[in-house]
Amino acid sequence: MSDTLLKVRDLKIGATVYPPGEKPHDIEIVHGVSFDLERGKVLGLIGESGAGKSTIGLASMAYGRGGVQITGGEVWVNGRDILTTSYGDIRKLRGGEVTYVSQSAAASFNPAKKIMDQVVEAAVEQKKFSRKEAEARARELFAKLGLPDPDNIGERYPHQVSGGQLQRCMTALALCPEPDLVVFDEPTTALDVTTQIDVLMAIKEAIADTGVAALYITHDLAVVAQVSDDIMVLRMGNTVEYGTTDQIINNPQEEYTKALVSVRSIEHEEKQPTPEPVLSVDGITARYKGLNFDVLHNVNVELHPGQTLAVVGESGSGKSTLARVITGLLPPRDGEITFAGRKLSPDLKGRTREDLRELQMIYQMADVAMNPRQTVGTIIGRPLEFYFNMRGAEKRKRIVELLDEIELGEKFIDRYPAELSGGQKQRVCIARSLAAKPKMIICDEVTSALDPLVADGILKLLLDLQKIEDVAYLFITHDLATVRAISDSIAVMYQGRVVRYGPKSQVLSPPFDDYTDLLLSSVPEMHLGWLEEVVAHRKMESAGN
Amino acid sequence: MHPILKLVSQRLALGLLLLLGASALIFGLTEALPGDAAQAVLGQSATPEALANLREEMGLNRPALTRYFEWLGGIVQGDLGQSLTNKLDIAESVGGRLNNTLFLAFWAALVSVPLAIFLGLLAVRYRNRWPDKLISAVTLTTISIPEFLIGYVLVYFVAVKLGMFSPLAMINDSMSLGQKLNSIALPVMVLTMVVLAHMMRMTRAAILNVMQSAYVETAELKGLTNFKIIYRHALPNAVAPIVNVVMLNLAYLVVGVVVVEVVFVYPGMGQYLVDHVTKRDVPVVLACGVIFAAIYIGLNMVADIVAILANPRLRHPK
Repeated sequence: MSDTLLKVRDLKIGATVYPPGEKPHDIEIVHGVSFDLERGKVLGLIGESGAGKSTIGLASMAYGRGGVQITGGEVWVNGRDILTTSYGDIRKLRGGEVTYVSQSAAASFNPAKKIMDQVVEAAVEQKKFSRKEAEARARELFAKLGLPDPDNIGERYPHQVSGGQLQRCMTALALCPEPDLVVFDEPTTALDVTTQIDVLMAIKEAIADTGVAALYITHDLAVVAQVSDDIMVLRMGNTVEYGTTDQIINNPQEEYTKALVSVRSIEHEEKQPTPEPVLSVDGITARYKGLNFDVLHNVNVELHPGQTLAVVGESGSGKSTLARVITGLLPPRDGEITFAGRKLSPDLKGRTREDLRELQMIYQMADVAMNPRQTVGTIIGRPLEFYFNMRGAEKRKRIVELLDEIELGEKFIDRYPAELSGGQKQRVCIARSLAAKPKMIICDEVTSALDPLVADGILKLLLDLQKIEDVAYLFITHDLATVRAISDSIAVMYQGRVVRYGPKSQVLSPPFDDYTDLLLSSVPEMHLGWLEEVVAHRKMESAGN
Repeated sequence: MHPILKLVSQRLALGLLLLLGASALIFGLTEALPGDAAQAVLGQSATPEALANLREEMGLNRPALTRYFEWLGGIVQGDLGQSLTNKLDIAESVGGRLNNTLFLAFWAALVSVPLAIFLGLLAVRYRNRWPDKLISAVTLTTISIPEFLIGYVLVYFVAVKLGMFSPLAMINDSMSLGQKLNSIALPVMVLTMVVLAHMMRMTRAAILNVMQSAYVETAELKGLTNFKIIYRHALPNAVAPIVNVVMLNLAYLVVGVVVVEVVFVYPGMGQYLVDHVTKRDVPVVLACGVIFAAIYIGLNMVADIVAILANPRLRHPK
């Protein structure tokens, strides 16, 4: 008997789309993908959004999300083609032979039920174990996955544990029925880097201990390199390259794979500080209404004209709160902000139109930052009308100039946001903020929702525009690779305090404080065995635990 | 203090405050009506002297605020005042009527609430297929027809043609439970038809909303059957909106049955209120208004409290 657990042959998957103003029609999103997975092995599926990697993962459970349907090919699990078996058999397969770990455990756990009830449900339902046996096994898995208080954590509700812990609970949920195959769908993407390592290590050890096979789906090649035996690179529903992890990382054959391996290749020369900063934040302490503790403690930073200050930290570090204070959305309890040589009113209401114009903002979610019923021309034209009273031909000329600057061109002027890709939407948001001719732009996680190659394009664009428009960026991010790529100075934030601040070369050179060391060492690196090395050398617990 | 206890006591306090406001509003509105109790007793042809004498006797010349607090003080002690027309104690005559109305509402709720939730679940299970469409079509039809028309149609076909159940829903204390139920069968049917659509559609919408969530996908990928997914994973998260609409309809069953009671000549609060409005018996109208307001506010408060209790984040804080 062969050891092949999952055999996929010429898998084709389609969906019905409902484009605005057009008749609904069927499209194909996966065009004939084939692969094999042996028992106890891990196959990484990697690609950007729209590559079809999640869709393929779910197809191994004969499941299509939304209107997605498997239109052709074969999926063999344990020697039978699951695309031709009855619905009753598929139900036994799901939760019994094949289980699933989703990207967001927070959304995938039922908020109204205890964790234990949900972890053992599939095992009991599929009659693999009695309730008692399943609970014992769950507690064992909780311990194996490094969860605190494994005997009692199951009695809690999902909102009572942290994000990283819940993601481990989800892994326990998937492993509890002793499946043959687990589909991991971006299991660490939503976590902070320092937490990601712990979860990644826990998953890797659990896979090794239980001898289960896994499909590991992610967009992050460095992450998948740590856990998988083989890797398949996907792009727009096609296989680009399929080989062992060693071969894909160290000897990629295809151009696209090479681009993925070498992504983040931007070089940016650090600029010297000028005598007169455009923004200086002095002793800012702030708290939200209704909370009885400060979320920012005595924050001092400076930003120089035409330069970039990166504010880096994990979720809850206070970096977005700092942006809210600078924009006036959250008046601070103490401290003051000087901008372009004048003191800014702490409250948004007290700021002049000139203050507002010179300090613009770009957001993480470009989709929701634009009115879906307005054309690109209207969106970019609005600040031109509002701040400069431009009308008619003059306004249109300036809009076209801006569209050229963001490398989209005049043909985009009458399009709606829904007709743009994620990267194009973010470019339009950049153009809108530049239209106000600001001295400074706050960029709040502007590349976090984008695929790496697209994000790279946006960062290059921002650097080019900085040279042309001489604008300063306050760049808020959790991603250290982005920080390296574009900043002149860096502020590392941890629990509402700036723990390290200075020019880039100084902040990123040893000796490090413990937190910066943890943060820097947690960024996945694209070589095999990195995970084990870094876990062995850690000095400090993750912030998220 | 446990956050639940705090929230619930806040709701209770708010409910009492609201009831106080409602009583002031009801009192103020009857004050604003032209004429007063003296005028109502003596009629249009009364002489000014007689009116003045009666006003003095009834204490109507004192400021409205004084009379409001007197009236309110009476209510708090269970004294709803005296009817103008028959001089009977209102609390006594209302007691039996209220019992009858609650009896009717109770049985209507007992039939309609489980039926509505079951039909809602069924509609979700077979959504956009014929059972769903049939359920929606039938319930929407019955809610669209005025209840008095449904009442008369039922009386004609069920009671007159088929000879089942009584066309008049008269009940009294000497009847056995079976006889009473037989007597109120038709009004219960009408009320069920009126409230069914609203509750069923809300159950369907609330559960469908929950069905889009990632945890329902997780349940599907555990290989659960559709009914278990709906029952175990969707329903517990849809409790708050469902309870809200159920309580609104229960309140309607108590407060809004006026028309149905009149159609079936049922001796409940609705009949009682309508009778005394036509006789301009202000104290009775005031008393009924306050009782209805109390029931309405009370049921909505229960809905709020259930919604708070149904929220695991509030029940089990971090």
